[in-house]
Amino acid sequence: MGEPAVEFRDVSLQYRLLSERGIVSFKEWVIRRLTSKMTYQELIALSHVSVSVEKGRALGVIGHNGAGKSTFLRLAAGILVPTEGVAIMRGRLAPVIELGLGFEAELTGRENIFFNGALLGRSKAEMATRVDEIVEFAELADFIDQPIRTYSTGMVARLAFAVATTVDAQVLLLDEVLSVGDESFRRKCNERLESFRQAGVTILLVSHDLGAVQSICDEAVWLEHGLIRGHGPASEIVALYRTSVGDEAVVGGAVAPVSVVPT
Amino acid sequence: MVSITQIPILVNSADEKFSSIKELRDLFNNSHLLMNLVQRDLTVRYKRSVIGFFWTMLNPLLLMIILTIVFSTIFRFAGIEHFETYFLSEYLVFGFFSQTTTTAMGSMGWNASLMKRVRVPKSIFAISTTISGLVNLALAYIPLFAIMIVRGAPVCSTVLILPLSFLIIAMFTLGVSLLLSALAVYFDDVQQMWQVGTIGLMYLTPIIYPISIIPERWLWLIRINPLTQLFKLARDPVYNCALPSAHVFTASLVVSVVTLGVGWVVFNRLARGFYLHI
Repeated sequence: MGEPAVEFRDVSLQYRLLSERGIVSFKEWVIRRLTSKMTYQELIALSHVSVSVEKGRALGVIGHNGAGKSTFLRLAAGILVPTEGVAIMRGRLAPVIELGLGFEAELTGRENIFFNGALLGRSKAEMATRVDEIVEFAELADFIDQPIRTYSTGMVARLAFAVATTVDAQVLLLDEVLSVGDESFRRKCNERLESFRQAGVTILLVSHDLGAVQSICDEAVWLEHGLIRGHGPASEIVALYRTSVGDEAVVGGAVAPVSVVPT
Repeated sequence: MVSITQIPILVNSADEKFSSIKELRDLFNNSHLLMNLVQRDLTVRYKRSVIGFFWTMLNPLLLMIILTIVFSTIFRFAGIEHFETYFLSEYLVFGFFSQTTTTAMGSMGWNASLMKRVRVPKSIFAISTTISGLVNLALAYIPLFAIMIVRGAPVCSTVLILPLSFLIIAMFTLGVSLLLSALAVYFDDVQQMWQVGTIGLMYLTPIIYPISIIPERWLWLIRINPLTQLFKLARDPVYNCALPSAHVFTASLVVSVVTLGVGWVVFNRLARGFYLHI
């Protein structure tokens, strides 16, 4: 099978934070510095994570808010750099993270396509060959030369998804993006995902939508407090996670109605 | 021709330690994005105007006319001919400096979403702001020359040195912008402090007054201000019809290169922690 497309070797990411969270003022910082009352606190976002994903496989990343899921994806995208360990991605990346950001309201849809392409590291020539396909997928042929500020939220979301995914990529990084647009567009997104899978593209999907993880992914990683709690076939991990969420709700003593049935 | 899919594009964190050199390489690889950022700035600024290009000239022209009236009739300094030219020849580059540094600080906030979403060299925003500022600066000379001609001030061939002057001033400005924008990510009050700082700097530099009005005992304060020498690069060729002296030229170049170097290293040191603060 060759080398894995995604390889995390003992990856850790930690930050050093001022413990007094309120220090956002330069004047205050200088005073504290002079009076040497500075204490730092280590914040561990991800701790000794080792994962590798073979080419053409889909990996889901699940866990609570703040468990390190987004950190994981941003390390994969090269937006963040690990403090320890190595993260290696083999192949051309298509990050689909926080759609719709990086659009300029005053520019037209077409200008935004090129601007966004540049942000994603794609050349003008490449974008020129793809622009018609993007417009068609986003269903914006009539509006593409209008400034983005005249667009509805849904239109922007469609354009963003189209730009991000109309690309020859070997690794697709998805962060909670399957919930954009209306029902029919969501179906279209899922079809596109499926076609990526068929084409042998490696997929990393971060999602709270356990159903989506189960149906799209081959395997899953369950993160908790920056550590890997479980890694295995998607259906097994999702089941384990569901059980744990259920247990916690009970242990927590809340009257929480636990409707999630462990499979 | 190699098709795009055949080019392996890797993210390998092993060779990325946010060093200054790696950032340079990253910038070079993203020169296409840099062009796009500048284009975006300029398009948003100039494109949507009704009468187009000339409309955008109207604003600086009106501003300069007001300043000309104020400084050639109300506040007058004896012995200075064509005071408006004296004043505007430095005021324009000061405007470039203060606007670029302020915008660069703000750009870290506006582009925070981009930095969280895609892999971009973080210094690219300060650099694109400086380049857009340079374009605006060059365009501002059109109304300035118009005013000079109307007022009968000579426009000499020494103005041809201006691109070199701009380059040196831009290096200094970029260095300060990098320093300030990195600090502004960490501290909320840096932007407000800099607002006061630029006003102070403006009066510490002989822009609206001749250096001769400064009392002897305060002269050192003006002399240690790097802007004093730096802005002569812009005034000498326009107002004095002379090339900047070798002393002015060398001093400015050294100060600019050192400032840019320090700004670059500090920025890249601090860049690592940006993610948590933006």
